[in-house]
Amino acid sequence: MKTMEKKVRFYIILFLLPSVLGFIVFSLLPMLSALFLSFTDWDVIGGSPNLIGLKNYIDILKSEEFLRVIFNTMKFISLYIPGIITLSLGVALMFNSNVKHVAVFRVLLFIPVLTSWIAGSLIWRSVLSGQYGMLNNLLAIIGIQGPAWLTDPKWAMISIVIVSIWKDLGFFSLIIFGGLRGIDRTLYEAAEIDGANGFQILKKITIPLVTPTLFFVLVTTMISSFQLFSQIMVMTAGGPMGATQVMVERIYTYGFRYFEMGYATALSILLLIVIVTITLIQLILQKKWVYYE
Amino acid sequence: MNRNLKLKDKSVFLVLLILTILGLVPFMWMISTSFKSTGSLMAIPIEWIPKEATFASYVKIFTQLPFARSLLNSTIVSVASTLLTITSSSLAAFVFAKFDFKYKNILFTLFLASMMIPIQVTGIPIFIILMKLGLINSYLGVIIPTVFNVFAIFLLRQYMKNISNDFIEAAYMDGASFFQVYWKIVMPMSIVPVTTLLVINFMGYWNDYFWPLIVLTNQDLMTLPVLLSRLNTQYTTEVNTLMAGSLVSMIPILVLYSFAQKYFIRGIQEGGIK
Repeated sequence: MKTMEKKVRFYIILFLLPSVLGFIVFSLLPMLSALFLSFTDWDVIGGSPNLIGLKNYIDILKSEEFLRVIFNTMKFISLYIPGIITLSLGVALMFNSNVKHVAVFRVLLFIPVLTSWIAGSLIWRSVLSGQYGMLNNLLAIIGIQGPAWLTDPKWAMISIVIVSIWKDLGFFSLIIFGGLRGIDRTLYEAAEIDGANGFQILKKITIPLVTPTLFFVLVTTMISSFQLFSQIMVMTAGGPMGATQVMVERIYTYGFRYFEMGYATALSILLLIVIVTITLIQLILQKKWVYYE
Repeated sequence: MNRNLKLKDKSVFLVLLILTILGLVPFMWMISTSFKSTGSLMAIPIEWIPKEATFASYVKIFTQLPFARSLLNSTIVSVASTLLTITSSSLAAFVFAKFDFKYKNILFTLFLASMMIPIQVTGIPIFIILMKLGLINSYLGVIIPTVFNVFAIFLLRQYMKNISNDFIEAAYMDGASFFQVYWKIVMPMSIVPVTTLLVINFMGYWNDYFWPLIVLTNQDLMTLPVLLSRLNTQYTTEVNTLMAGSLVSMIPILVLYSFAQKYFIRGIQEGGIK
């Protein structure tokens, strides 16, 4: 029996080894070295890193660029998150009805989700192109002159929001639809017998019971908002005039274009702090609005 | 009452139809543009449907641009990464689901906590590690980091937990080894989550951009998203070429989706429910 136990323990270690090694080499150690590098001036070419204390962090926090990055991100969040949540809740409610061909709509609305961010962004760069783009030519038919979406600082971030909602709508609709399907049917029947109308049912039963799923959507979209990257790289590359500069685009630019690894890792640690803080705040606030049975 | 219902159904149908058209119109534009000649790209008024459709862009991406090579690169990287992820994750999930050992909960919590750390934070040190190992500009540099995938471990563990211990004990009685229990009993019974992860991970790795962008700077090794974004800066005005390339890069996923649609949907929803 003892040899058997030893054997089992050997196998347990063996089976865990790939994941544990992966965790150490590609998560734990990199995390710690990112923290270390963020206190240095390492630039890859200039030899070994020198410790410079908090200088990178101070430089970042004092820079106008960082203020702009925060402003741009907030602008994105304030448009994207209310937009994606309302729209995907609406679509999910429609998915949950027994309208004809609803399954076909579910399949078709998922196609943007399958598209890579790069292909999707390339398509939209062409759709939004000022003179020869699809959107402005469609708008021209109804007599509206569209802006130069991607080259006008006023419209560039709004364009990024539109594309992001287009890409993500099918995904979050499906997730909320999954949440809606989990609601006990008998609750609706009881409400109908009591004479509740559609709006009352929506407000008093459907929405409260789907709040755990909405919470998941809120946390996920909030995290992904701080990780905006691919669509910006393809569509605006941070421009025009810095109007779409965001955290990850900056990390990439400083790290892999200028090779200022110290500065870039400090930015990335700040990104992590922001993500963790916002997630924790949401976890605390969820008690106020998320309904758990 | 009945009439009201019908009206409601009709308006829901109409709204869904409009949203779907809005969602798909950019793809129509992509297809139409990809068949335009370079001259007609800037025709005013614009041609919604190309007057003289041409395959020139498709010929170009496969003859003058390394698209065929890139398709191969993407296939190798995505297939290998998917298999690696599923192998390592199912091994770990099996142990987490069915055995008790010291530090099990601490380890699992650490794994889950690491999900909070975005790749952009660990990216620079991982790049340095891979550079030291000589894996920059190699398939392995993209593939190896996929060995650790918390989401896959989590999903498989949840499922394997529900497999009755009776099966496992019976197999032990019959003299099956630890590995045989995993390979012959638990894995075949987990075929649904394994297939779900196969399609979801394949799609994720096929479309992945940030990591391949950093690791693969040699044009011969670039995956499709990296090549496309490179072409975006080199051929900015040749939109027809870019659209043809985008379409070609989407086809494998669309084919997979048409066969394994329910697994995509299951994967998304289980990811959401957690």
